[in-house]
Amino acid sequence: MALKIIEEGLQTSIQDMGRYGYRAAGFSVSGTMDAKAAALANIAVNNDLDQAVLEMSYVGPSITFESDTVIALAGADMAAKINGKPIQLGKPVSVKKADTLQLRTARRGLHCYLAVKGGFDVPDFLGSKSASLKDQLGGSFHGKLKAGDTLPIHFSTKTIDVSWRLSPELFDYISGKQTTIRFLEGRQYHWFSGQSLSDFTSTDYTSTPQSNRMGYRLQGIPLKRQNQEDLVTEAAGFGTIQVPPDGQPIVLMAESQPTGGYPKIGQVIQSDLSALSQIRPGQPIVFQKTTLEDALLEMNNTISELTILQRIAGKKWRELET
Amino acid sequence: MNPTQKQFSFFPLSESSILIDFGEEISIEKNMYIHQLTEVLNAEPFPGFTEAVPAYTTLTVYYDPLAVGSSNPFQHACTRIEHAASTLRPDNSESKTVELPVCYDQEFALDIEGVANQNGLSVKEVIEKHTGQLYHVYFIGFAPGFPFLGGLDPEIATPRKQSPRRKTPAGSVGIAGKQTGVYPIDTPGGWQIIGRTPRQLLRLNDRNPSLLQPGDKVRFYPISKQEYLRQEEAEWH
Repeated sequence: MALKIIEEGLQTSIQDMGRYGYRAAGFSVSGTMDAKAAALANIAVNNDLDQAVLEMSYVGPSITFESDTVIALAGADMAAKINGKPIQLGKPVSVKKADTLQLRTARRGLHCYLAVKGGFDVPDFLGSKSASLKDQLGGSFHGKLKAGDTLPIHFSTKTIDVSWRLSPELFDYISGKQTTIRFLEGRQYHWFSGQSLSDFTSTDYTSTPQSNRMGYRLQGIPLKRQNQEDLVTEAAGFGTIQVPPDGQPIVLMAESQPTGGYPKIGQVIQSDLSALSQIRPGQPIVFQKTTLEDALLEMNNTISELTILQRIAGKKWRELET
Repeated sequence: MNPTQKQFSFFPLSESSILIDFGEEISIEKNMYIHQLTEVLNAEPFPGFTEAVPAYTTLTVYYDPLAVGSSNPFQHACTRIEHAASTLRPDNSESKTVELPVCYDQEFALDIEGVANQNGLSVKEVIEKHTGQLYHVYFIGFAPGFPFLGGLDPEIATPRKQSPRRKTPAGSVGIAGKQTGVYPIDTPGGWQIIGRTPRQLLRLNDRNPSLLQPGDKVRFYPISKQEYLRQEEAEWH
């Protein structure tokens, strides 16, 4: 019971909700870049949300299945086909032994997630299956996956005909266009000049090709400081917008190191991390300041939405399986 | 100083984290207090607590705002942290000292001549000054198991390299400004490399994967290349 990577794509790795409890030992949390898309893929196949998925970035891999199973894709649209036949995002799809799933370059967005019913049966490392591409610790599945890698799955699922799918509107946040990203004031927000604080929220910042799972390097009007204080290294994490001396902001992403020494102008709210993660090089971002109260409301909304979808999908699966 | 009199302030770093600021000035005493508070929070976690990450003068507490059980999770978590801090008593326990062997041979000490030249010292003097201090582990960060060590002799303090190395070998011992540290794994980095230890700083099969813990003391001692190779063989194979 397994699937095999035939062509590796640009960057494919196993990710779950991340590695918690080891930041004080210097480990990054890692985990999925787009947690919402990963959750939607798991929901479609009736997995728990903490099941590991394949994260496939920009150019997708080709995969053959070594047993019958049910899969779902969510996130960036990579023109997926099984044995040449197109499949839709958010739809549970039965695959048979020897079937081939082929993914191409993402049309919009960057990251697409593949969930298999039952999940991947690969060992945990420090409590998580998430690969850290930066550190490459923890064994064979903890780096970028390569052609020839065979990933065991927990159990096979016999062919089942599913007529429903998750609404395509759920993926509207992957627009490919100018995207508004909301943030909270960073701890060194007031270190920046009034002009720069105004530039930061009134002009576009564009993602650059030097972006990766550790951080997205942005380009726009340089952000200037009104003091030259040195920051004593302190905590940073997924969504932290830090500004190095050249004034071009870097947003730390899933593989952020746990501490950083650059001043933080802001912190992207948790509910906007999925949209941010799908921003491609060249795509403009508009930053908008918000409050902790609103950010918590948004977080609650996102979680409620996923919980409701999970309940509905669970009910549909129980009907199918009885 | 009585730790219960320590002053600190809270800042919401995100919806799910609080940075506790103990004031700008770096001191071992303040840093030890931060580790003590970390231990208390780890030992008696409040509902929703995920983990606590110490740094020089700050402690960042991560939590699940939905599991805290309040409509104002930030305020609620702050109250729990204040309570934990109020239970702290002066800590007079001795820190653990870890002795780390370092080979300062040219083959491993990629930048030692530059460090010597920039400080008007001989290579021998750099080694003497580096091994002459007892260092304090302020925190582990930057990379898995990477210790930020304070207590460097100011006479060998050297700024980071102009452009970072693409790959600094595991075990490399470096200097950056007034700090010294050890790279546990091969990683890009800009520290001035003055030697290499054969000891593994990461113990991936252990419950606690970092050899050094925040609050530990570290002393370096020089070894020959022959001894380095012998210990490396025993440690890594």
